[in-house]
Amino acid sequence: MSTTISVPVKDLRVAAGLSRRRKRVNRAIQALCTIATIAGLLFLASILSTLLWRGLGGLSLTVFTETTKPPGSGGGLLNPIIGSLIQTALGTAIGTPLGLLAGTYLAEYGKGSALSNAVRFISDVLLAAPSILIGLFVYEIAVDPFGGFSGLAGSIALAVIVIPIVVRTTEDMLRLVPGSMREAAAALGAPQWKVIVLICYRAARGGILTGILLAIARVAGETAPLLFTSLGNLNWSLRLDQPMASLPITIYQYAGSAYEDWVQLAWVGSLLITVGVLAINLLARTVVQGRR
Amino acid sequence: MNQAEQRVRVLVSGERPSPQKAEPRIAIRDLDFFYGPLQALKGINLDLPERQVTGMIGPSGCGKSTLLRCLNRMYDLYPGQRATGQVMMDAQNIIGPHIDVNALRGRVGMVFQKPTPFPMTVYNNIAFGVRLHERLSKSEMDERVHWSLTRAALWEEVKDRLHAPALGLSGGQQQRLCIARTIAVRPDVILLDEPTSALDPLSTLKIEELIDELKSEFTIAIVTHNMQQAARCADRVAFFYLGELVEVGESSQIFTAPKQRRTQEYITGRFG
Repeated sequence: MSTTISVPVKDLRVAAGLSRRRKRVNRAIQALCTIATIAGLLFLASILSTLLWRGLGGLSLTVFTETTKPPGSGGGLLNPIIGSLIQTALGTAIGTPLGLLAGTYLAEYGKGSALSNAVRFISDVLLAAPSILIGLFVYEIAVDPFGGFSGLAGSIALAVIVIPIVVRTTEDMLRLVPGSMREAAAALGAPQWKVIVLICYRAARGGILTGILLAIARVAGETAPLLFTSLGNLNWSLRLDQPMASLPITIYQYAGSAYEDWVQLAWVGSLLITVGVLAINLLARTVVQGRR
Repeated sequence: MNQAEQRVRVLVSGERPSPQKAEPRIAIRDLDFFYGPLQALKGINLDLPERQVTGMIGPSGCGKSTLLRCLNRMYDLYPGQRATGQVMMDAQNIIGPHIDVNALRGRVGMVFQKPTPFPMTVYNNIAFGVRLHERLSKSEMDERVHWSLTRAALWEEVKDRLHAPALGLSGGQQQRLCIARTIAVRPDVILLDEPTSALDPLSTLKIEELIDELKSEFTIAIVTHNMQQAARCADRVAFFYLGELVEVGESSQIFTAPKQRRTQEYITGRFG
């Protein structure tokens, strides 16, 4: 035996005028979004197509086999390419461990402590600092006292840019590791450092790796921090205590010059950097997807 | 009293040594627990008899999970949480100072509410815990993995995917993997914190059968919100309310003839 309860049926119809108005607003917003997307993509497409058009025209084997030469005598980009690779690699090698450990401290050890709040704040400020300031800072600590521009100083400047990016992503990714996983590992008798190294790092691996790759992509194209540190070098040099060439600086010098072949090489260099950064970004994406 | 004397006494008086009279595996005495200024456990006295299942029931927030976390000092992970009193195990106060907490956790294992497989292979999920306490050869480790998965009733289902990621297992399998991982360390005591509340009925049944199996070897404490589960699995049941131990007894007694009014009201569903 059951009693039926009657519920008044609510009228779900809306007035025809209201419905029309909603549809109009929807169409307007949709149109604005579409226009904004197209505008954004147009700029990007225009940059990329110009880059491809001008860059591919000058791309040849000599770009990779010959060093920079005086205007009018040909030459390639071998020393800037190698210089960029060395400084980016060294900068990443210096900055990544520091960033990784600092990020680990923030997420695992120093939760809520005054030190970690200060470090997090400074790191975030550094993340947003104009890169020319970082160049000037490293000039003060690593160029001026040692009497000259050097590839090492350039690498240090890039490392200073890498650190806050890696700190941020490491902390964020470690925070995404559920506390229950840490507890489960600790409940088996694992000391905290083993919980972090063997469990948390493994769980956050994809995200941390992506952060490092994005940091590499970022510094590979940096010009300003290198202006005051590694300066650039038109001659072949692998010495870290000497000025060192790099693609961004070479582009900066060549693109502003009056010589047609230098301008051409600047386009080629820009294309190389863009393709390199694009490749790193794609790699970062596959790393993230591989984790899912 | 030696064994012969005891047998004589039994013959003479007809009394049998009841299992409760044996030395408890863990004896909790006057245990208070604090989350900062908030007292979550008040003067708990409770024995966990060897190779028996002790069920802990009570409404949410009554302190039953907190009590479990005292037994393996899980609370040590969080500053501001502290316990006072005694938790005696092998004549040692395990919540006292100078206790090797990691070694303790090797002897008092814990399985949590949500399955928490580590992001590694099934095999390594088990080997991880074992390696923390023992140095085994490859073949010994293989054997240990096989033993623990068999004990956890999971071997048949995963024997062909030992080297596949554990996250690919179903929820029920993941939870049995967590149990396998815990017993692989060969603890004396296993703490189960609502081990089936995230599982479907069939997986729950498997885990309950497993608990029944495991008590021949391990001393078990299980926190559960499921009264039927407590009645099915536990030899003894302790009812907690607002941080106090209200009543403890044989589960048949607790569920049929509780001595306390609050116990009766809780098990008949009048509150909680």
